[in-house]
Amino acid sequence: MIAQFPDLWPALPEIFMAVAGMALLMLGVFRGDGTTRVVAYLAVGAMLFAAFLTMGYGSGRVVTFNGLFVMDAFGVFMKVLVLLAAALAVIMSLGYIEREEMARFEFPVLMLFATLGMLMMISANDLISLYVGLETQSLSLYVIAAFRRDSNRSTEAGLKYFVLGALSSGLLLYGASLVYGFAGTTSFDRIASLFAGGTHPSIGVIIGLVFVAAGLAFKISAVPFHMWTPDVYEGSPTPVTAFFAVAPKIAAIALFTRLLIEPFGHLVHQWQQIIIATSILSMALGAFAAIVQTNIKRLMAYSSIGNVGYALVGLAAGTQEGVRGVLIYMAIYLFMNVGTFAVILCMKQKGRMVEDIKDLSGLARTNPMLAAAMAIFMFSMAGIPPMAGFFGKLYVFLAAVQVELYTLAVIGVLTSVVGAYYYIRIIKVMYFDEPVAAFDKVTDDGMNAILIGTSVFTLLFFVVPSPILNYAATAAASLFAG
Amino acid sequence: MPILSITTFLPLVGALFILILRGNQEDVNRNARNVALWTTLINFVLSLFIWFNFDPSNPGYQMVEKAEWIPAFKISYHMGVDGISMLFVILSTFLMPLCILASWESIEKRVKEYMVAFLVLETLMVGMFCALDFVLFYMFFEGVLIPMFLIIGVWGGARRVYAAFKFFLYTLLGSVLMLLAILAMWYVAGTTDIPTITATSFGRTMQLWLWLAFFASFAVKVPMWPVHTWLPDAHVEAPTAGSVILAGVLLKMGGYGFLRFNIPILPEATEFFTPLVYALSVVAVIYTSLVALAQEDMKKLIAYSSVAHMGFVTIGMFTLNTQGVEGSIFQMLSHGVVSGALFLCVGVVYDRLHTREIARYGGLVHNMPKYAVVFAFMTMASVGLPGTSGFVGEFLVLMGAFQDNTWVATLAATGLILGAAYALWLLRRIVFGRLAKPDLKGLFDMNAREIAVFVPLVLVVLWMGIYPTSFLKITSASVGQLIQTYETKLAAAGGVSVAAR
Repeated sequence: MIAQFPDLWPALPEIFMAVAGMALLMLGVFRGDGTTRVVAYLAVGAMLFAAFLTMGYGSGRVVTFNGLFVMDAFGVFMKVLVLLAAALAVIMSLGYIEREEMARFEFPVLMLFATLGMLMMISANDLISLYVGLETQSLSLYVIAAFRRDSNRSTEAGLKYFVLGALSSGLLLYGASLVYGFAGTTSFDRIASLFAGGTHPSIGVIIGLVFVAAGLAFKISAVPFHMWTPDVYEGSPTPVTAFFAVAPKIAAIALFTRLLIEPFGHLVHQWQQIIIATSILSMALGAFAAIVQTNIKRLMAYSSIGNVGYALVGLAAGTQEGVRGVLIYMAIYLFMNVGTFAVILCMKQKGRMVEDIKDLSGLARTNPMLAAAMAIFMFSMAGIPPMAGFFGKLYVFLAAVQVELYTLAVIGVLTSVVGAYYYIRIIKVMYFDEPVAAFDKVTDDGMNAILIGTSVFTLLFFVVPSPILNYAATAAASLFAG
Repeated sequence: MPILSITTFLPLVGALFILILRGNQEDVNRNARNVALWTTLINFVLSLFIWFNFDPSNPGYQMVEKAEWIPAFKISYHMGVDGISMLFVILSTFLMPLCILASWESIEKRVKEYMVAFLVLETLMVGMFCALDFVLFYMFFEGVLIPMFLIIGVWGGARRVYAAFKFFLYTLLGSVLMLLAILAMWYVAGTTDIPTITATSFGRTMQLWLWLAFFASFAVKVPMWPVHTWLPDAHVEAPTAGSVILAGVLLKMGGYGFLRFNIPILPEATEFFTPLVYALSVVAVIYTSLVALAQEDMKKLIAYSSVAHMGFVTIGMFTLNTQGVEGSIFQMLSHGVVSGALFLCVGVVYDRLHTREIARYGGLVHNMPKYAVVFAFMTMASVGLPGTSGFVGEFLVLMGAFQDNTWVATLAATGLILGAAYALWLLRRIVFGRLAKPDLKGLFDMNAREIAVFVPLVLVVLWMGIYPTSFLKITSASVGQLIQTYETKLAAAGGVSVAAR
């Protein structure tokens, strides 16, 4: 049985992505930089086709590659989100990279490889494949962060991200080695069965788990491992920030969820308090630190820290309902964040990008549609119904209330009020303040389509929420089936 | 015919119409005003059908509509009205056209957005009073913040940004705690259907926490002392029509919430916390009346008077006898009309002189006799002169309160005297006296549009004052059932506490 050729079918999207990435790389190399646009479109096509392949997977849990790789409904849900987020990010970046003379074909290809890493993270079923997926993603991201190599800020962002990212990978590896040393295996399934009988875990495993959790907390930028986020978000080119804020977050949250629920699901009492603490800290820091920001990209960095805190509320519950809440939260987070970054990418005066919050002044009069879209996203992030963001928060808090984590839930809703302050401050700037110079007209069709699509989704999610909610429930159930 | 849904969502259709208006600024503004006015008028007429179809002898929910919304989570689109909510729906649709008419000339910038905001607001208000599902209710309840925030912030006065933020954050803070309570009830009952949850009984400790969470939300909304401080700011800074809706309908959401959730779902906690409500309400009645006496800004004075009047409302509903509860509903309706009218009265002179400072006025009776009549009449109604709506509500509330707690009733009654003092003094300082100030002499009396705004209000106040039975008979069956539910549940929980009452 050991030498059996692995079943490739569950990994089809990943294999397709890898082949497509290499093909695009060759296309770029042979045809030169003039092909950026073509390569980008093909990359988007590859991502969407991979999403299509993923959706065709069906249901049921399949493990392959000798237990290294797992595919289930949870994986389908998260992979589709990641692929969608990545495809939208590539589309959004096109206009920018051409304008800012960053148009090299490596850019979309690197995004494609990063996405491949994310898909592997979501399907990781072993500490080794977890690490391989994570590093495939991270290495691509380091390069993309510093992609504007003649800009000081961008290279600084790339370097910061790399140094701290390497540190966190070190933490994670150290934790993984401890787990391996004390549990005697790196396989998720075997770790799970080890603790299934109620065996009390040795202290080494707990410490290892804490290190692994710390490494992953870094990747999702949860407090206290968030320090890199504002700098990297601000320094990276805006489309890169847009990419960073969504797809890698979703993938890392997916990995974190699978790791805690599947192999360490029986140790819920051991890790629950860590997650509760990071969740509370993230929500609080995200809410309070964002108040004083003047740069919208920095503000979005703190907002993303806060959002991760809310997603972790669901994870802290450690139940199927909690995971369902996380999934719903991340799906909605995707749309409102992509939309917000689309607006930020439209903040352009006389061909120059601006990123101060006060540049938005009076936007409601100079560009009412853009202002309305931004207002929808901001109200949604603040969790005001009927916007989609409300439903995201609703389900994570429902999960917390069900396991009687009342303190967590109360702190969560209170920080959401604090957070609402800075979100509605942006609305205040757009609607109440006098206009400053108007933004350039948005001419990019792809950008317009993304703006309309995401704002309509965010505004009208409440009309037919069932498909996403139901699928999230199925996906969450799949994680608890095995 | 799903009359409740049509009444709820028709304003949205109007809003969409306004959104697609194109052309030069003048035409767009005129069309936006017209579309808004006609939409709200048609909606008012439609809502009258709810009244005609309503069967006063049936205490339960009527004209119920139920559709699947999120079946996996047992959340449904469930609408219906009973005697408690029906008249609030009518109140909302009744005030709306008057608000649009009152903003006809005073709103000059961004007319299109203004009308859209008001129409969206109407949808949310009507929907909130009809919703019979907690998630649906919460969406309407909380969604109101969005248009109201924009109305205060965009079309408000000098300190509009401060007022808008204070309004938004205060209300949100209360509401999120209620959201947690809703989640906890959802968890216990397995559904968010309000009638089902009303029939569920919760443990005593849990009731106390849930009650406090709901209280946090509704006390801010009512507003009760000491969380009323957002109200004077919001009222003062909001445009006239915004103040009318705030005072007329938004404050009633809090009172409605108490009647719909706190009392029937959490009876033991209600009994436990009644002294708290009484104490806060009595403080509100006396303290805010005194504060009102010291105001120099007309709108602020009326805002504080609203807090005092809502103090009567909360006393009335927690007496939990027929007179008290019916009185408090009646008082809410009456206050909605009367304080709305008073804000409109302020708006009339504000549009002319652009100041709300009381000292800047005086002697308006000489050159604005029609205005003086309306202002005097509404002041009397606010004071509670027999023959006006204000009298019936306050009288019933006090009658109910005397049965339950003499001290509360006595203290609350002093609020009537103080109320008369500040209201009459306001009247004296604005309308009567010598017409000394030169810029006042040039003021014109009310024009036809303004008269058209006030005529329906005056008629309704008189109707409610002279023949209150038309309104009381609608509420009585549902109130009877509410009190019965409360008492049955209390008795089931433990006979001792009921006997002690």
